[in-house]
Amino acid sequence: MSTLAIERLNVTLGGVPILRDVTLYAGPGEWLGIIGPNGAGKSTLLHAACGVVPFTGTISLGGDRVGALDRRTRAARIALVPQTPAVPPGMTVIDYVLLGRTPHRAALAPETCTDLAVVRTAIDQLDLTRFARRTLTSLSGGERQRAFLARVLAQQSDIVLLDEPTAALDIAHQVDVLQLIDRLRRELNLTILTTLHDLTLAGRYPDTLAMLAEGRLVALGAPRDVLTVEIVEHHYGTPVRILHDDDGIVVVPTPRLERR
Amino acid sequence: MRTAAQERSPHHDEDRDHVIMPSTLRRSWLAGAIALGIGASLLGLMIGAVAIAPHRVLLELVDHFPGVHINSGLDAYEANIVWQIRAPRVALGLLVGAMLATAGGAFQGAFRNPLADPYLLGAAAGAGLGATIAISSGVHAGSANATILPLAAFVGALSAVALTYAVGAASGGDRGPASLILAGVAVASFLTALQTYVQQRNASTIREVYSWILGQLAGATWRDVLLLLPYVLVSTAVLLATRRSLDVLTVGDAEATTLGMNPRRVRVIVVIAASLGTAAAVALSGLIAFVGIIVPHTVRLLTNHSYRVVLPLSFLGGAAFLVLTDLLARTLMQPAEIPIGVVTAFFGAPFFLVVLRISRADR
Repeated sequence: MSTLAIERLNVTLGGVPILRDVTLYAGPGEWLGIIGPNGAGKSTLLHAACGVVPFTGTISLGGDRVGALDRRTRAARIALVPQTPAVPPGMTVIDYVLLGRTPHRAALAPETCTDLAVVRTAIDQLDLTRFARRTLTSLSGGERQRAFLARVLAQQSDIVLLDEPTAALDIAHQVDVLQLIDRLRRELNLTILTTLHDLTLAGRYPDTLAMLAEGRLVALGAPRDVLTVEIVEHHYGTPVRILHDDDGIVVVPTPRLERR
Repeated sequence: MRTAAQERSPHHDEDRDHVIMPSTLRRSWLAGAIALGIGASLLGLMIGAVAIAPHRVLLELVDHFPGVHINSGLDAYEANIVWQIRAPRVALGLLVGAMLATAGGAFQGAFRNPLADPYLLGAAAGAGLGATIAISSGVHAGSANATILPLAAFVGALSAVALTYAVGAASGGDRGPASLILAGVAVASFLTALQTYVQQRNASTIREVYSWILGQLAGATWRDVLLLLPYVLVSTAVLLATRRSLDVLTVGDAEATTLGMNPRRVRVIVVIAASLGTAAAVALSGLIAFVGIIVPHTVRLLTNHSYRVVLPLSFLGGAAFLVLTDLLARTLMQPAEIPIGVVTAFFGAPFFLVVLRISRADR
């Protein structure tokens, strides 16, 4: 059920081609990291997969084509945390997490006991119980990111797309969030797609990396094979040094400083 | 960390003590709003230009309970004032207030705009133009063909919203609610210009046009109440039914879509329901400004931001608010009446600022 298959995906927005012939696959429990320079089409790829952006080609969730699924069924199978999720003023954490139950109830139906149980479990899993009655606006960046993840868990979809989940967090919170995502995907066998700007973190967490540049898939494989000096320097256009240590890969930009 | 056994047990001690519930309409809030509505209605029945002992009005009401017979001591003239003048006026105030406040609250959710009010899409300007044309072509309030006036206002309001929707949808594309709001501004300005032109061309009726535009519940009859009742019931029932969808819409169209919602469909439903109800209310009471903004926001500041709370309490609070402001409108300068639109803004705005200040200090 939780396989995401993207074949020959093309997206054109306002006459500008954003994605061209992208073919990608993520199996159950796999973490696929999408990297690439700004404007490569990373976010658009996620948006197309969950139906916010029109596309040509095929995207299938567990064998069912996205276009053939109605909105609610699709939302029950694939969830998205956008790069900057909306933070509605005055909304409490529990109300926010409850929004994740939207695909599981009819348009006008009230929430059921099951909905509430799922919501409470999600809040518990993300250690948000003591914040449940607080408003989202009163939370810190890290706590808020956990609330976004709790909503995704309440949505109970097997495929989860996260657009820059570590943006605007300090390094400790970046690691916290990625550890959390890693733990949850192992516990719940989730298929994870994240876009990431930090290449060192991208080399550490995802099982597979896909690099996009100018809308095309330019590299795909294990982090060790994608994060090479040749590939990164060529597509990002800046010199880098890539170190390998016991924990994984470290990508360091090495800009040429002006000589004296 | 909890154990799996605790997770499974819905009646674990810890759960019983600290059940975290989503925002719901608390009984105390509901009871308070209903009490406010009943209190306002009783005041509206007991106080008026003709001095009638308030306790006799109460007895007269009790006398009308099935199976109860008390002599209230009111003579036929006084009973007539209570039942044929004050009661329909209170009832019309309840209906119009509930309608405008619910429509305002729903529009704020559907357009994700705290300044949205029931007149956002041009309903007021359209109604104003319709009424001005009717009045300046010889339809006078109280005359035999007076029924044409509300009809003209109703048609004007609905046409304006339809025009806004056509323009906004045609130019909007995927831009979401912003294009509809902009279209509303353009249509309202255009219709207001037309209305001013018609009004200036017929200077003799300016006073009448103005008194209609500023809104009034004077002269309300049971016929008006019965005319408006079905619109308010249907419109507010539909709007209240969208309350959970409006909560989802607070995260924006794109995220709501990924949650399996159809934002545009919700907006169309809200626009149709709110516009029908608002047009009917405007047709019978003129333009009563501010109710649709002040009541939902006061509810938010005092209770909760969830539309599951805001819409039902706006319905009740709007009803009470308009009856109270109408009471002020007809008693402050007795025997003259102040247009109710003036009163809602004059007393509503400072009250709202006080609520805003208090609730800021709270958080």
